[in-house]
Amino acid sequence: MIRYIVRRLLWMVVLLFLVSAITFLIFYALPSADPAVLRAGRQPNTQLIAHIRHQLGLDRPWYVQYWHYIKRLVLHFDFGYSYQNLISVRRQIFERLPATISLTLGAAVLWIVVGMAVGTISAVYRGRLVDRVAMTGALVGISAPVYLLGLVGLYFFANDTGKIHVFPGSGSYTGLTVNPVKWFTSLLLPWIVLATTQAAIYARLLRANLIDTLSEDYIRTARAKGLSEPRVVIVHGVRSAITPVVTAAGLDVGILLGGAILTETVFNIPGVGHLAYESIKNSDLPMIQGTVLLGAFFIILLNLVVDVLYAFIDPRVRYA
Amino acid sequence: MTATADSLLLDVHDLHVEFDTPDGTVKAVDGISFGVPAGTALGIVGESGSGKTASALTLMGLTRRDGARVSGAVYFEGRDLLGASEHELRRIRGDQIAMVFQDPLSSLHPFYKVGAQLAEAIHAHRDVSREAARVRAIELLGMVEIPDPRQRVDAYPHELSGGMRQRAMIAMALANEPRLLIADEPTTALDVTVQAQILQLIRRLQRELGMALVLITHDLGVIAETVDGVAVMYAGRIVERGPVRTVFHAPEHPYTWGLLGSIPRLDVARERPLVPIAGRPPSLIAPPSGCSFHPRCPYVRERHRRVDPPLEAVPGDRGHAVACLLPSDQRRALWAELRKGRTPAAARRGAGVEGGEA
Repeated sequence: MIRYIVRRLLWMVVLLFLVSAITFLIFYALPSADPAVLRAGRQPNTQLIAHIRHQLGLDRPWYVQYWHYIKRLVLHFDFGYSYQNLISVRRQIFERLPATISLTLGAAVLWIVVGMAVGTISAVYRGRLVDRVAMTGALVGISAPVYLLGLVGLYFFANDTGKIHVFPGSGSYTGLTVNPVKWFTSLLLPWIVLATTQAAIYARLLRANLIDTLSEDYIRTARAKGLSEPRVVIVHGVRSAITPVVTAAGLDVGILLGGAILTETVFNIPGVGHLAYESIKNSDLPMIQGTVLLGAFFIILLNLVVDVLYAFIDPRVRYA
Repeated sequence: MTATADSLLLDVHDLHVEFDTPDGTVKAVDGISFGVPAGTALGIVGESGSGKTASALTLMGLTRRDGARVSGAVYFEGRDLLGASEHELRRIRGDQIAMVFQDPLSSLHPFYKVGAQLAEAIHAHRDVSREAARVRAIELLGMVEIPDPRQRVDAYPHELSGGMRQRAMIAMALANEPRLLIADEPTTALDVTVQAQILQLIRRLQRELGMALVLITHDLGVIAETVDGVAVMYAGRIVERGPVRTVFHAPEHPYTWGLLGSIPRLDVARERPLVPIAGRPPSLIAPPSGCSFHPRCPYVRERHRRVDPPLEAVPGDRGHAVACLLPSDQRRALWAELRKGRTPAAARRGAGVEGGEA
């Protein structure tokens, strides 16, 4: 198992190099605004632009730039400096990360709990009214994009611009260490909005799987043993049907940790996703690189976590 | 089979089980009656789809959630099982009536250790400590002759061989010393060499523990030395019922003859070919008119297509009952010919039985 994990981690390094190289190439191959011009301000002159170009290293060939970038990254864990404001990319990302982690993990807990509860109830009462209502709700939840739900949520429930003042509005995010209560209340609506679509997907996923599982022979055995129905469904059924949920949760959490762009933008949460969005708008290559690498890192890491979890879920899975 | 009603451990009377499917109503069990005295073994024999498993699952109340329509009466120790609440049934299941299924690999939960699954069966009905349940689990594994029970108690099902898994299933069924064990095709999924061992084990445990046994199988050969009585099922009904010696040596139903003709025997000449039963099991949605076996019966007559034979005692033998429209003397004459190794057509000529226009 340890050897397997080490091997996967080494592969992760290789993959991150590839991702960084591809990001670099895309940035130069595709037309984008000239970072130097964007940086120069409202009345740029050629001299100033040339100066900035030299300062940012943009006057050198791309492979030289890439080489310098990688050298600093590997030797000093230095992600470079933003073209926009010359602040360290690493510092900015680490400043933004807590907001993204708070948003993602809180929402993940919510959607996994709600999704699994709804999915289980639907599977047990399949075809009945509860199931139909739940699955219709799930369909609506899946069809509604996060930005729509977010805006509708703010329109009705924000305590500044909303119809009924329930939740703190957009831009109210407060750090956990600053004020835990405000941190919690400010994230409530984003959590609910982000979790709604996901919960709907998870409910359907678990429902489908649990219906299959509940027709397995070992479920019949569990009933023949005289176990209570809740025990049969949860300990014997859900326990087996959980594998695809774990897979999906790993991937989704990985993607969102790299930046929940839509949710962060709608609620104006200063997270990594927001940062990535801004950096793309500003053609801010070092910042784009940093956020892309972070996203790739989380996705690869969570994939590994999922694979390791399989071995704990299913004793038949063994890695060597 | 001669026991009176009140000494029966299990008393099944006119049991019907129907399922609604998109293609129509499946009459899985169409009015069967049998009794199992305490401590005895009954074999239920028939092809797949003859209603054996549906009957067994219904006894345990396990067809309820599949939307089965059940009628008739089932009494276990005088208690009405069909009318019992789910709660009452749950207390009986796994405690007083236990079940062993066909495929031990799919019947054991793949994610839990064998010992944990045994302990769970104990905890479901007994208020014992975890240690006590574990000790009991090891004891049970030893009882079903699994070597090194102390190690095997922590094995996962996939780490055991097929025969071992079925032993573990049997151990789990016996965890609470049930009064009735229902074994549904317990050897079908196993290697031939292992089948005999498992049957021997079941027989030994049945006698040692003094429990009653209902052994369901499609293979008459399996039950010959294991059970006391036999019920042969066809298309959801019992077509022949009697003590095992009688059913083996003096069977009176053409379907039973077919079953006996399709198993290899060591006591008859080797050149005698195995005779499969022609045709296919009938549809349970639209069963044949009259005698349900008539489309496959070599001795069918016009009347058999219209008249549905009741299960009636054979003249001179109250313990032996057959549902067949042929007169008893003709049946005996036909069997006398068949057991010499004759084909059905030759047997008809030899016994002087006319008809058989099929």
